[in-house]
Amino acid sequence: MGKNASSLSRLMIPLLSVCLVASVLLGLAYTVTLKPKADAGLARQLQSIQAVLPRFDNNPFEEQYSVPSVDGGDSLACFPASLDGKPVGVAVRTWSALGYSGMIRLMVGFDAQGNIFDISVLEQKETPGLGAKMVLPEFRGQFKGRNPGSEPLKVRKDGGDIDAITAATISSRAFADAVRRAYESYFQDKKQSER
Amino acid sequence: MNVRSILWNGVLKDNPVFVLVLGMCPTLATTTSAINGLSMGLATTVVLSLSNVAISLLASSIPDKVRIPSYIVVIASFVTIVDLLMSAYLNTPGPDGGASLYEQLGIFIPLIVVNCIVLGRAEAFASRNAPLPSLFDGIGIGLGFAASLTLLGSVRELLGNGSVFGISLLPESAHMLLFVLAPGAFIVLGYLMALFNRFLKK
Repeated sequence: MGKNASSLSRLMIPLLSVCLVASVLLGLAYTVTLKPKADAGLARQLQSIQAVLPRFDNNPFEEQYSVPSVDGGDSLACFPASLDGKPVGVAVRTWSALGYSGMIRLMVGFDAQGNIFDISVLEQKETPGLGAKMVLPEFRGQFKGRNPGSEPLKVRKDGGDIDAITAATISSRAFADAVRRAYESYFQDKKQSER
Repeated sequence: MNVRSILWNGVLKDNPVFVLVLGMCPTLATTTSAINGLSMGLATTVVLSLSNVAISLLASSIPDKVRIPSYIVVIASFVTIVDLLMSAYLNTPGPDGGASLYEQLGIFIPLIVVNCIVLGRAEAFASRNAPLPSLFDGIGIGLGFAASLTLLGSVRELLGNGSVFGISLLPESAHMLLFVLAPGAFIVLGYLMALFNRFLKK
C-alpha cells in the first residue's frame, strides 16, 4: 500500500504542477486580453450600426432595448440613433433561421420614416461563392430606401421583386425573412407602446 | 543535427501535409483562401514551436504514465493563449463589414489542440531532444504546414474565386466555384500531393 501511494504521488505531482503552471499562464493571458477583446467586440458592433444608419451623435448602445420577435424565437435588439436629440432612425439586430446552413444575423437600419437605410451582415455561414454573396452590395443594395411596410420585400420566386442571388434562392429568401422580421417586430412594438 | 537540416526536414522530407498527411481536418476546411491558409498555418506554427520547447524541457521530469495528459495540458494551454490573443487583436471586421480573420478561422483555432501534428512532434521529437533543436523542429514543421496550407489556399482561391490574397486575377467567367467548396479541397490536395512527391523523389 505504501509503495502504491508513493508511486501515485510520483505520478500526480508532475501532472499537478503542469496543470498549475498552465492555469496561471491561462489566467494571465485571459486578463491581458480581456479589455482588447471586449473593445474589439464593441467596435465591431458600433461599426455595424454606423454602417446602416445616417449620421448620429448619441450612443445607441446605452439606449438599446429588445423587442419580441413577431413570430417567436429570440428577441431582437434595437439601437435607436439620434442627432442633436432628434431621432434619425434605428438599427435592429435581426436573424433568420431559414438559411442554407445555420443562422443568418443582420443589422438592418431604418430611417425615421421606416425606410431601410442600409443593411449589414453580422453572421452567415452560407456556401462560399453562392449564398455568401449576400454580403456584397449588389444584393443587399436592392433593399436600400425601400419600406417593407408598404411593399413586401420578397424574392421574385415568392412574388416580390428582389433578384435572388444566382443559385442561392434559399439564402436570399432567408435574408428577406430577416429584414421582414426586423421591420414587423420593431414597428409592432412601437405601435403597442404608443397606444 | 544542424539547424538548416532540421528546418528543411520539416518543409520538405517530413512535410506534414503532403508527406506525413497529418492534420487533414484544418488543411481541408480552412484553405478556402490563401490568407486563411496562411494564418491557420502560422497559428499552428506558434503553438507547435512553443509546445515543442516546453515539452522538451519537461520531458525528463514527467513519468511515462502521465506523459500524454501532461503534453495535452501544455498544448491546450498554448492553443487557448493563441486563441485569446487572436480574438483580441485579429478581430477587426473585413472590408464590407465581413467576418474578421478570427471569425473566419472559427472553431479550427481551438481544434489545433487535437491536431495530431502537434502531439506527434511532441512525442516523436521534442520529448527526445534538447529545447533548441525542438524549437527549430517546431518552426520547420510549422512552416511546412503553413507553406502547404498557403499553397493549397492560393490554388483554391485562384481557381474558385479568381484571386490570390484577395487580389483579383481572373475574370468572373473563369471562376470555378467547386474549388472553394469541400470537393475542391480534396481535388486540389490530391493533385498537389502527387506533384510534391514526384518532385521530392527526384
